[in-house]
Amino acid sequence: MPPPNDRRPGFSRRAQLGIFTGYVAAIAGVIAGVVLIVIAIVDPGSFAFLRRGANEVAAPMGAAGSAARTGSRGFFQRIGDYIDAGNTNAALRREVAAARVQQIRSAAMAEENRRLKALLGVAEASGRPVATTRLVASSSASTRRFAIIGAGSRQGVQIRMPVRGANGLVGRVLEVGPNTARVLLVTDSENVVPVRRASDGVAAFSEGRADGRLRLRLINIGVNPLKRGDVFVTSGSGGIYRPGIPVAQVEELLADGAIARIVSDPAASEFVIVDPVFQELPDPAASPTSIPAPAP
Amino acid sequence: MAIVRKARGLGGRQPLAVLRRQQDAINQRLRKRINRAPSPILSRGVPWVSVMLLSLMPFAPLFLSAPIMPPLAFMALLAWRMLRPGMLPVWAGAPLGAFDDLYSGQPFGSAVLLWSGAMLLMEFVDVRLRWRGFLQDWALAAAMIAGYLVLATLIANLAGGSAPLGAIVPQIVLSLAVHPVITSLVAALDRLRLLPLSKVGR
Repeated sequence: MPPPNDRRPGFSRRAQLGIFTGYVAAIAGVIAGVVLIVIAIVDPGSFAFLRRGANEVAAPMGAAGSAARTGSRGFFQRIGDYIDAGNTNAALRREVAAARVQQIRSAAMAEENRRLKALLGVAEASGRPVATTRLVASSSASTRRFAIIGAGSRQGVQIRMPVRGANGLVGRVLEVGPNTARVLLVTDSENVVPVRRASDGVAAFSEGRADGRLRLRLINIGVNPLKRGDVFVTSGSGGIYRPGIPVAQVEELLADGAIARIVSDPAASEFVIVDPVFQELPDPAASPTSIPAPAP
Repeated sequence: MAIVRKARGLGGRQPLAVLRRQQDAINQRLRKRINRAPSPILSRGVPWVSVMLLSLMPFAPLFLSAPIMPPLAFMALLAWRMLRPGMLPVWAGAPLGAFDDLYSGQPFGSAVLLWSGAMLLMEFVDVRLRWRGFLQDWALAAAMIAGYLVLATLIANLAGGSAPLGAIVPQIVLSLAVHPVITSLVAALDRLRLLPLSKVGR
């Protein structure tokens, strides 16, 4: 294909100037980009107002898409269900029998717990969710992992609030608009969550890797006590997440921790729950956009 | 014999009214093409709108926990630039990139910088290589997309992230595989852009 000849304006002064101005504008674009990046690095919240406006405009489309996503999942799920109905049936029977025993045991424990608590006079903080909403968007091509939820300050959502799906932790609120909020997902590399092993409370930090899995770093470094399949839940330290929300399951062991699969895949959860912050810090207004993550 | 000619409808011994009706039909069909031109809004706007719509990809009903989705908006920009050099102005990277930054999750300014740079680089390449072909276009697009993804990751890492570069290898491979699809999508949009919809004269 021969090259276009519009770059040879001949003797037309106007055409020459037009091409020149185009180049100047493009180079100005490059410089503006560098300046904007520097501003964004120095103050990560500086363009939050632009993103808020943009998300408010685009969110209705995302809400429609969210319903379609779970609809299509359900369709394939149903086909799969027909194929292994027999195995599932047998497995479910066994599970029901086991669960019945477990239920009796836990009823007894709950009763005991109630009596002990009454004895101590502990009032449990009400864990009423702030909002139940849809995930309307998630970053696709970028290595940063964010999501947009369809509830904002009008629904009572505030910065720092934890967001969880039906199975486990999804992330925490980073920026709030009137009807939308931006969530930093657990899988983002900037999100550090204090966790403990569900069975015995071995403490660790979970940190997002860019590939959708989590990196668990043990606090006490010595012999690695982890095994494949260990479940980690939030420990409650740091004060954002209430203890006991499932986060990750160990998949691969490393020298000082493990790589874990996330329990609540955002792709599988249409609805998410925004919880209140577990324990308010003394000065929550100190840093408005990002709270300092606990150092691992 | 007369019946056959009549059936073919090419004149013959036919009443004048029938002939006139046929002539009208032919005129009508020709008129649909002769004094029509592409609508100026469509022919100017389709490239911009298509790139911006692909920038809204995060709102698509498809959530992925790993970054393997190709940067479709950037790829569409490249494809438009390669298919119709000179139609998107050199500075188009900055406004389109700013729109992309609103939704992509990258630090604001990342696409402004990289897309402007890409448009300038394309311009430079066009000046240097006076002849373009399929292989050259493909190799150039592959290099630009891979470079874009690596630089975007580095910029995201500067602003707080810490993703290893190994994490985007699957994304790069997938992007190169998807590039022909985006090119043909852009070619289809180009036909839509030039549909003769608006009347000229009269």
